[in-house]
Amino acid sequence: MNSNQIEKVLELKHQQKGLNNNAQSSGSIKGVLIIVITLLASLFPGHSVYAQTKATNAGIFSEGGILITITLIMIPILAAIVLMIVKLSNMLRKHRNRQDLEEAALFADYLSTLTEEEANEALAKRKAALDYKLTHHELSGDQEPVDKKGLVGNIETEGYINFIARKKKAQKRPNIDPQLSKLILWYFGCAALWLLFGTTIGEYVGIKFVAPDADHFSWLSFGRLRPVHTNAVFWGWASLGMLGLGYYIVPMVSNAPLASIKKGWYALYLINAAVILGTLFLMAGINNGGGEYREYIWPVMLLFGIGLILTLINFIQTIAKRKTKEIYISNWYIVSAIMFALTITVVAYVPIWQDGLGETIIQGYYMHQGVGMWFMLFTLGIVYYMLPQQLNRPIYSYSLGILAFWTQILFYTLIGTHHFVFSAIPWWLQTIAIVGSVGMVIPVVAGTTNFIMTFKGAWHKIAGSYTLPFFLVGIIFYFTGSLQGTAEAFRSTNLMWHFTDFTVAHSHLTMYGIICFFLWAGMYAVIPRLTGKEAPQITVGAHFWLALIGLLFYTVPLMIGSTLRGQMWIAGKPFIDSVVHMAPYWLWRAIGGSLMWLSHIFFAFNFYKMISKYETVDVKEAALEKLGQLIPAETKND
Amino acid sequence: MEFFNNHKKLFRTAFLFFAGLTILVAILPALNNQKNNKPLPGAEPLSADAVKGKNIYIANGCVACHTQQVRNVDMDKMWGSRPGLAADYADIHRTDIWRNTATLMGTERTGPDLTDVGNRQPSKDWNLVHLFNPRTVVKESIMPAYSWLFTIKKQPAKSDVIVNVPVAYLNGEEGKVVATKDALYLIAYLQSLKQVKLPDGTPASDFLYKRQQETAGATGATKELNGTTLYTANCQSCHQSNGEGLPGAFPPLKGSPVVNGDNLELYVGIIMNGYSGRPGFGVMPPVGTNASLSSAEVTAILNHERSTWGNNAKKVTEEEIKKIMDFVKLQAPK
Repeated sequence: MNSNQIEKVLELKHQQKGLNNNAQSSGSIKGVLIIVITLLASLFPGHSVYAQTKATNAGIFSEGGILITITLIMIPILAAIVLMIVKLSNMLRKHRNRQDLEEAALFADYLSTLTEEEANEALAKRKAALDYKLTHHELSGDQEPVDKKGLVGNIETEGYINFIARKKKAQKRPNIDPQLSKLILWYFGCAALWLLFGTTIGEYVGIKFVAPDADHFSWLSFGRLRPVHTNAVFWGWASLGMLGLGYYIVPMVSNAPLASIKKGWYALYLINAAVILGTLFLMAGINNGGGEYREYIWPVMLLFGIGLILTLINFIQTIAKRKTKEIYISNWYIVSAIMFALTITVVAYVPIWQDGLGETIIQGYYMHQGVGMWFMLFTLGIVYYMLPQQLNRPIYSYSLGILAFWTQILFYTLIGTHHFVFSAIPWWLQTIAIVGSVGMVIPVVAGTTNFIMTFKGAWHKIAGSYTLPFFLVGIIFYFTGSLQGTAEAFRSTNLMWHFTDFTVAHSHLTMYGIICFFLWAGMYAVIPRLTGKEAPQITVGAHFWLALIGLLFYTVPLMIGSTLRGQMWIAGKPFIDSVVHMAPYWLWRAIGGSLMWLSHIFFAFNFYKMISKYETVDVKEAALEKLGQLIPAETKND
Repeated sequence: MEFFNNHKKLFRTAFLFFAGLTILVAILPALNNQKNNKPLPGAEPLSADAVKGKNIYIANGCVACHTQQVRNVDMDKMWGSRPGLAADYADIHRTDIWRNTATLMGTERTGPDLTDVGNRQPSKDWNLVHLFNPRTVVKESIMPAYSWLFTIKKQPAKSDVIVNVPVAYLNGEEGKVVATKDALYLIAYLQSLKQVKLPDGTPASDFLYKRQQETAGATGATKELNGTTLYTANCQSCHQSNGEGLPGAFPPLKGSPVVNGDNLELYVGIIMNGYSGRPGFGVMPPVGTNASLSSAEVTAILNHERSTWGNNAKKVTEEEIKKIMDFVKLQAPK
């Protein structure tokens, strides 16, 4: 009996009247219903499994008409079974109710035989026990809380609901040279502008797959805009973003000031000039001859090259003046990336070895070293510094980083010609490229293991940080995207995927999923240290989720569609059928692309918020200032 | 380790390692390739017009969607009669002082491969209409319209090349569509893209990864081929899916006396050897010969055309078509 019932009994006892028991049994009908539903549910899968096994054995069960007929027959039978179960359960319930009532009568008789004293004592005790409640002060006592050692931070006094998870604020760090800080912010600002420009072009080019008659201007035709998009995001956005982070990391891990801030500015001017001129040339129809990522003609690329040379000198001089004995691994990656980028650019633009298929062999080498030895290597250097810093723990294994470094050089350099498998370039060269692509498993697995193990024991920090999710996504795509590249290199997969949009999906998984996410992670970590301002959490979150979801919408349908397209080609279907087939997948790509583009607007806004000169009123600071004004006034009055 | 703590040694080693590998896998093979490959004896250099056309092809980034390489795999058979060779590209040199060599092999096939398009689609009329707006002739196409390579004139001069564009594609403008020099150069380049025949007696290397159906052989022969698919792949771009052709450019097959008639020699002859007799329509290339259609395939196309769009002619058999094909081969213009 519960407390209320006891109270009632006491009352009744007190009045010396007959007793009543109100035992309840309303739960039983619910129980029966649940049983019926479970029975039904278990009937259906059982039935369908039966039909399937039958179908494999006897042919008639795969006939649509037969299946429909069976289903139609099953409906009244099942209905009859349900009805029967309901009737039975009603009968059972009535029977059980009758039994319960008999028991209640016996119980009432027993209660009425008790004397008032006997009953009152026992029942009052029981009621007191049931009514017992805690005072809520058992453990805390009555004293006011005091934090004598200043251990508690981040106190939330207003008890409102958190619609957005509260993330950790960037820690206040020693100020860095304002001159350097200004330079880095300009690199980031230019990069952000090129990101907006380049992806706006990309978005428009993607829309042209769905609406080819969107415009009929020569400067905006697909073939001209496509390289504008790729080159702007490569040399404008990603390169400037990486270099900006490089200007922060190289002096930081060398524990020495940057050798020359002036050279940094010149490099910035030159690279921006290269991308502006290159874009105009491409739109005007002046390009280098169609090799991907070397569409800029050599005078334009020369500007970019000089910018890199200046940066290389600058970084090496900084490292030479380092106050640490060892060269931190980030600097290995960053300096090598610049040296290698210069090497591949020279190899790609020197005309001596570019006649006939020579051009193609160099093209394969160049386009893949461009992404692997420039973007990937540099970005890995950034991660080796920024990830441990954001996790506040050292990198898991320095030697794994070294292993990844040398194996990346060994294998990555070989794999360029896997873009021309089955073409007229020498068969042995294609085989080397495929073997090298398999070898890439070593640096990728080494790198991923290193990053993931650095996270070990600090996974909980992801929930409280807005930079770590970007790192985590970057690491995941580093693993999946890179290994997907290995899978694409085989001869058998080339049959299906080569020449389709699968390559486009892959390059976005890697250039966007890896490089862009790592760059954003780095920027969101570094900029608050330079300006002391952070972006609103809600817009950082919007940036992150739109970019991630957009990327998945972009790549997954494109991979599915192109796999099917490759199958159609292998089956010898008319080419135009494969174009028609791609239409919905191209639409999905445009939708995903739009989300990604929207996320860049948020990024630009966040960047603006982080550098904005407009101060929000800091109550404490303002109060101190007021106090400062008041106290002299008071002392004067006294 | 001392080595890892000395930036000069470390970076020098990394650079030499990378540069050495670069020489081995890129520079030496490239040098070797350009030294050891010469153009095929039958290869013709591009005409002056075609060279200008190639520059327009490069400037507009056509390579973004069109490859120019026939790989040695069976699925590429539709783009050429033999796999591409290094010799096919051996005569391509630096474009000019500003621009690099353009082999234009490409890495993406959003549109068809163009290695042999000069043989596959030699019709100038078709190419001009298609260039003005591809959707005029191929409704499902997503290729950009190059209408800016054309001008619209109310009264075209006699020397102007007039393109027969349906009114619906003129965006309300009035007059005749006239091809500019650039458009004609580009077409000249496209028409020059033909796979060079190997010198007599040299067998072409084999296509790999053959389709199972073909290797099955005997069982495949008895099965009737799909005429609709073959029509889509070989005929539809001109004669359209509704068989009505394009007025003023490509004649209709719907209700055509040649298609429905009994003169199979004329019918098969047109498919295999081309046709230029009809006033008001463009020249038809020898589609059947260009695509090396087999007698079974021609039969399937004929039967498709004779039984679709309201056409209702007698079915033809492979045996009779095979005989006629052997006969019309003799009439082929040499």
